[in-house]
This record gives sequence, structure tokens and C-alpha cells, in this order.
Amino acid sequence: MGRASDALIPRPIGESKLRIDGRDKAIGAALYTDDLQFGNALLHARIKRSPHPHALIKRIDVSKARALPGVKAVVTGQDFPGYIGLYLQDRQIFCRDRVRYVGDPVVGVAAISENIAEQALDLIDVDYEVLEPVLDPELGVSAQAPLIHPDLEKYAVVNFIFPEPGTNISNHFKIRKGDVDNAWDQCASIVERRYRIPHIQHVPLEPHIAVAKQDELGEVTLWGSSQSPFAQRNLIAQSLGLSQSEIRVVSPYVGGGFGSKAGVSMEALAVAIATRARGRPVKLRLTREEEFYTAFVRQGLVAHFKMGCDASGRLLAMENKFYWDGGAYTEYGVNITRAAGYSCTGPYEVPNVRGDSYCVYTNHPVGGPMRGFGMPEMHAGLEQCIDELSLQIGMDPVEFRRLNCLKTGSTLVTGGRMHAIGLLQCLEKVSEAIEWGSKAPPSTPTKRRGKGVAIMWKAPAMPPNAGSSAWVELAEDGQVNVGVGGQDMGQGSFTIAAQMAAAALGVPYESVRVAAPVDTRYSPYEWQTVASRLTWSMGNAVVSAARDVRRQVLQVAAEAWGETPEDLDIVNGTVISYKSEKETPLKNLGIYGLPKPDGRGWRGGPIIGRGSFMPSDVTGLDPETGQGEKAVVHYTTGAQAVELEVDLDTGRIEIIRGVGAFDVGRAINPEMVKAQMEGGFVQGVSSALYEHLQLKNGFVQNPSLVDYRIATAVDIPGELQSFIVEVPQDDGPWGARGIGEHSMVPTLPAIANAIYDAVGIRLEGPPFSAEKVFLAMLDAGIVK
Amino acid sequence: MVFHKINLTVNDEYEEMVVPSNMTLLQMLREKMALTGTKNGCSAGECGACTVLMNGEPVNSCMVLAVECNAATIITVEGLARDNQLDPVQEAVIEAGGVQCGFCTPGILMSSRALLNRNPDPDEKEIAEALVGNLCRCTGYARIIRAIKEAARMKPGTSALSATD
Repeated sequence: MGRASDALIPRPIGESKLRIDGRDKAIGAALYTDDLQFGNALLHARIKRSPHPHALIKRIDVSKARALPGVKAVVTGQDFPGYIGLYLQDRQIFCRDRVRYVGDPVVGVAAISENIAEQALDLIDVDYEVLEPVLDPELGVSAQAPLIHPDLEKYAVVNFIFPEPGTNISNHFKIRKGDVDNAWDQCASIVERRYRIPHIQHVPLEPHIAVAKQDELGEVTLWGSSQSPFAQRNLIAQSLGLSQSEIRVVSPYVGGGFGSKAGVSMEALAVAIATRARGRPVKLRLTREEEFYTAFVRQGLVAHFKMGCDASGRLLAMENKFYWDGGAYTEYGVNITRAAGYSCTGPYEVPNVRGDSYCVYTNHPVGGPMRGFGMPEMHAGLEQCIDELSLQIGMDPVEFRRLNCLKTGSTLVTGGRMHAIGLLQCLEKVSEAIEWGSKAPPSTPTKRRGKGVAIMWKAPAMPPNAGSSAWVELAEDGQVNVGVGGQDMGQGSFTIAAQMAAAALGVPYESVRVAAPVDTRYSPYEWQTVASRLTWSMGNAVVSAARDVRRQVLQVAAEAWGETPEDLDIVNGTVISYKSEKETPLKNLGIYGLPKPDGRGWRGGPIIGRGSFMPSDVTGLDPETGQGEKAVVHYTTGAQAVELEVDLDTGRIEIIRGVGAFDVGRAINPEMVKAQMEGGFVQGVSSALYEHLQLKNGFVQNPSLVDYRIATAVDIPGELQSFIVEVPQDDGPWGARGIGEHSMVPTLPAIANAIYDAVGIRLEGPPFSAEKVFLAMLDAGIVK
Repeated sequence: MVFHKINLTVNDEYEEMVVPSNMTLLQMLREKMALTGTKNGCSAGECGACTVLMNGEPVNSCMVLAVECNAATIITVEGLARDNQLDPVQEAVIEAGGVQCGFCTPGILMSSRALLNRNPDPDEKEIAEALVGNLCRCTGYARIIRAIKEAARMKPGTSALSATD
């Protein structure tokens, strides 16, 4: 970045302002859904769930539960025949004739207390005919696998998802590029590997919660912890046969999402029960145990990689096959499968590619989006194969990546060209910071030390026309109120919305507020808070709304002063004229306007600006080849490197140092960008070393925070460095693109590559627990 | 259900409550006293989001029965700031960027305050060990640890809380 272009960037863009919600959250005043008060009319809901991974429902008897004093509503699938689903409508709110995972909702109860609701569940009798479950995605695609969705051909589906009726395949995405079969002969070296990435869970600190109420006119209000208030309004309305405007979704602060609170999950249950509860609000709050298997999980992946390069190390071909363990229903799984398919080469230029990405129904918990949307799982194996291939051909892994990685203008796996990116700079930054090529001695003779690197790419995965909108208004005191429909779940979107509005309008950051909570009745539309798309998409809408206010303000002042808007400016909250040197603070005209020059009447009025944004040039991909002009809006790229030690006595891994660099286009708030890089890195470490949702015959074995371990304060590396690379995005606000998810993508393979560097072993999949590492070292004869 | 009459001090205010035997301190704070700053992340003593100070010691309030709090002194996150002055741990965690979603923040602040009360100058290892029972999924902990170190330096001994212990 040259200084000249930086000079055009207005304050406070690029300044590390403190979070707009920091104080509220630190004094206990920030309200989350469970903090809202609903008074004595509140009912408490509990859910009777399937005890079988796969079974037919033969009979449901709720008569005893209904008769229990204090029970106000009992609902079953017979009450709600509609289907629901974001891309593929394959789910009913309550199961009607078949259950497909342990925890599938069968009956909903609302009562005057949680205790009575729990007692009512025990009084419900459900008879099942148990069916053979599908517990593995590779077996799930085979002809002999039992069908989980025999009605697949009847489900409504969007035009870029391709289910295969008569099988358990809910989506099959294909890449056919070049001539893979003939390319292998030209390869000097080929690596072929299989990796298995287990299910993990998001573990937001705040469990899922929803409160729903239907009023006398039939209109529904839903209060919930949600990344997708508008998508919930849309999907729940469709499912219940209501109109979108008859549903209002209010979403206060979200206590962590990571994808688990995107789309619709348990909220639909609360709404359905509330429609039978005669005007009373109904609260459904998942227990931590339910959180582990009835909320979304990150779906498992079995990935086959084959890749080859010529004698100079140039990648010639890849043949990658992904089997996603999508679980019982797909909400997002089908689109994760698609995203992994069109990203299947990783951030490399490869002329010959065959890619197959299958989303497979299994009788496992429902796979949903999780930070990275398939990219951490896919890169886990891919970036290890890249290391193996480079070592096999006798090339340094960093040099191999330098040679093959995508650069500005490279041909993409989907056929188009790469926009301006700084992936190479990211790779240089991390290899320099980790002192690549030098090897420090281990801290004790019983340990081995190693370094590993990995690079990544990720695009926002969303429909081509996902939109954002915003409004900006002035108050009597000249303060600015920004309305957004995007959610702040900790990533800082409200803060950067305020910074962008301040910069575009010409006011101090401190005079901007964000109109929260998001409320679909009052807030402007936002597709969803997912895909790391808010900084870019919502940001564009906010900037456009703030510029609209600015245009109106300058127009009013110009008319009142008898000048032209071109001679006027807004600086630090004051309208000034460079020509007449007149000035007036915004508070003098934001609501009441200004008197006309001749004193006969007024100009202006309450000022409100509007902005909206929608990508306009994303094309479809050919269903047979996955080729198209522009598959996605853009890619964020980056790199991480780690240095670690393996304890030969115990197999325990200790991360000594972690470094990361990501090309964010423009850091609106550099410290918050770095906070995303750090948080994602530690979540990546956690997924690499500790996390594994253990499934046995369809049952989750470890649904608690004791048995499912996540990283704690003592597990983080002693040294954590983050670098910001800025190659601007041509259609981003001041060049910005997203960073929320990307920092978790390369962490696991960087760690795996460092373990190999230290002790020369590779495991089929994480977590790289001390036990697994030790046993692998024993097998390899490294320890005795 | 047996009910008990208890009296206790919460954030410097004397209170009298009638509570059922099975009610937890967390439920009493959130549902009976509208002190919703203390969060419920697991109801099982595993996540630390509900940490409060009971007679100066950090406890998981979901693991303490309300009836055990008779004659106790409780401090919650709402009681950390005094006379519009934030506690140094609050100020430092905001400034260091140690807050993201904020759901773990109240519990982390209470564990940190307890740490600084018993050890005014902890090193990073001692801070991390003091926070091992407080899970955070967003921040990666580094900025929180940095904040607590900073808080120890900021206004040693001037916190209203450290003065009362």
C-alpha cells in the first residue's frame, strides 16, 4: 500500500476504535435473549426427542401428558405438515412418520414450569419400528444403504443444488476441468491420501434459546439468539403457511454463533408450540447436553486426495473426492458441499481437475455451517498432501506453495480469473515470522521440535443475490443512528458499521450509535450474518446510506446559504463552506432544517439516508463441469505457521508459537481484525488437538463440556503473532473484505505438518491427542 | 417443596428472600432479583459463565444453592463498578479487546477480580491458571490475559472491591 492511496482513506477507517458494545458487555448490562423479561404469562417448553437414530413412528399417545395439570400445549408433527429448509426443504418441524437421528424432535410441550414440562415428556408414549441406520457417509452412498429420505424427489430445492433421488445423496457437486486421466503420466510425483475429519461442535457459550408468542390476530413474535433473523422470518413463515410480515423476529446480543445460530434450527419448535399456546410467550432453551447433538454440528468429512506435479514442482493434476457426513437433514450441508467442491483445489492453480463433493444423508446429528464453511475440513487433508508432494519431489514446502499458489490473474478451478490478492505476501510474512528454514533445539532432550505452514482460501458461500440494507438518521443533538439488520455475535460488526458511517458522513466515531437489537419489524433487511460477508456487503449498504445523508445535508445547507453542494463539506460533525467559510453543526439542521436565505420559510426536514447492496455479477456454474465465469463474489486468502514440540514420553503436543497473515483488503479496525485472527487460531488449535464429537451407533458419547474438551486459557501458545495484508477489494468499502472465519482454516494442517516435521508421523485425522500421537510414534518405531 | 427465608447482601444491598430448597444461587440472581448480568452457559459447573464472588471467593453460582447463601455476601458483575467508576478489570478488558460476544465476560471478570484480590501482581501463567474454569470460545484468551495483567498495573489497590475484602 502506497502512502498516497492511504491519504484518501477518511478517519476513522483503519483506526482501532474500542468496541461499541464493550462497556455494556463488561458491566453486565448487555441483554441476551434469556435476559429479557416476559412476566408471569411465560410458559416453558421441553421437547420429546427420538431415542433412535433411525425408526418409523407407529403411534404417539399424548393423552396423559395433556391431562397433567399445568400443561398448556402439546404438539406433534400432525399439527404442522409443512416442510422447512434453506436450500433443500427436507425437514418438518416435528417428525411425522420417521425419526432420523437421536434427538430428532417428536413432541413439544409447553407448561407453567420447566419441571412440569419435563414430567409431561415422561407421560408421552411413542411406539417406534426401529430401522437400520446409516452411520458412515461412504457406506451411505452405496446401493445397499437404507434410504433415509425416500421422498427426496418431492422436496423443493434451489437450482444450484443437485440431490440424487433414490440414494442418500442430497447434493453432488462436480468439477471437470482439463484432462486429468492423461495428466498423471506427465507427473514426476504423485501423492494419494485419505483423511477423516470427525464431527465437532461449535460450543457457543450461550446455548440456543428462543421465545415465541402468537397474538390474537395470529401474528408471531420470535425473540431469539440468531445470526439470521430475516431468514428465520422467511423460512418459518413458509413452513407455517404465514406471510413473512406476520412474523417478527427480535434478536438481542448473540453469545457466540460460529454458524450454529444461522438459518433455522430449534426456533421453529418454539414458534410451532406457541401457535397452540393461546397468546402466551413460550420459552425453549437448549440444555448444554441438547446443544451437543440437537443443535447443528460441524459435519464429518471423508476426503480422498490425489495430486501430482512435474519434475519442476508445478502442480499438474488433482482428483479429489469428498464424502460429507451431512446428518439427518441438510439446512446448510448441501451448500457446504458445493463450496468445498468449487474450492477443491485449495488456493492453487491446477490445470487438470476432477472434483466430486457429495453431501450424504446419515443418521447423525444435523450438519450445519461452522466457522470456515467446509474449508477447515477440506484444507486439513489438502494442505498435508501439498506438504507431502513437495517433500517427495525434493522441494521446500514454502517454495512449493510460492510456485503453485494463486496469484492475481491466475486461472481458478471454476474457470474464471483471480482478482487482486495478497496470498504470496501472507506466505512471506508467516515464513519470515516463524523463521522458516531454521530449526531451534527442543527445550528438553525428551521432546522434538517442528515447524509447519499452511495456506488457505475461502469465498463467501451464498446465493448470488444475497442482499444487505441500512439506514442512517440524524437526531436533534446531531448524533447519528445507524440501522442494520446484520448481527453482532462478537465479531464486531456493529463497531465497524459505526466506523464506516462516521467516515462516510464526516462525524466522529463517538457520535454514532447502532440501532440494536436487530428487529425485523424495524431494522433494514439483511440476508444473514454468515459467510464473513458483513464487513463487505453490509458495509457497502452502510456507506451508501451515510453518503445519502451527507448528500441531503449538503443540499439543505447549499440551498439555505445560496451556495452549491460542491463547495461544502462535513468535517467532524460540522457543515462547512470552503467558499463562504460559513459553518453550522449537524445538530442545527438534522431535524429542523435551515431557514431560507430570504427568511421566508425553511429548507430540509428530518434527514434519513438509505442504502442497499447486492452483488450483481455472480454467474451460475455448469452442473456437469462446475465451470463458470464468476463463481463467487471474492476470495479471502491467508497463511499460518506454527512451531511446536512433541513430548516423546507422552505424545503431548505443545504449540510454542503461532503466526498468521490474512489479506483483508482493508482493515477497517486493525485490532479487531487481529482479534479475529487470534480467536480463529485458538479455535483451530482446539479442533486440531482436543475436539471430537464421539458418535457410536448414532449416539453422541460426550455431550458435556467435561467430556468434550475445548481450549482453555492454559492451552494457548506462548507467542501469537498476526499480520494484516491489504490488497484492496475493488467493490469493498475502502477495499475491505471479510476475515471472521478464515483464521480457523489453515491451523489444523499447519499443526499436522509441524508434527510431521518434528517426529515424521501423519495421522488420518484429528484430534491429535497425546494418546494418538504416542501410539503412532510407537507404531513408527520412534519411541519404544 | 420446602421454602426457606434467607437474608444476604448482594452488591452491597441487604436483601431478604424466600427460596425453595432446590433453587440455585444463579436462578435466584437471574429470576428473583433481575440480576441478569450473570450468565447461564451449562447449569453444570463446567463453563464458568455464572461465576460470582461469595464471601470474596469465586464460585459457580449454578452449583451453589440459594439457601446456602444465608448471611453471605455476594458480588456479581453488576456490583463491580462503583460510583460510576469501572473496576480496573472491566476497563482493561474493554481496552485490550478482550470482549467479543461477551457471554463469558461477566464470569471472567469475577474470576479475575478474585485473583487480583489474592494476588495483586500475577504473572501470565498465574492468570491463565486462575481462568482455567472460565471457557471463552471467541477471543483465544490472549487479550484477556493481557488485560488482567494491565488491570493489576493500572490502579493497584484503588478498586472498591479490593478495599472491602
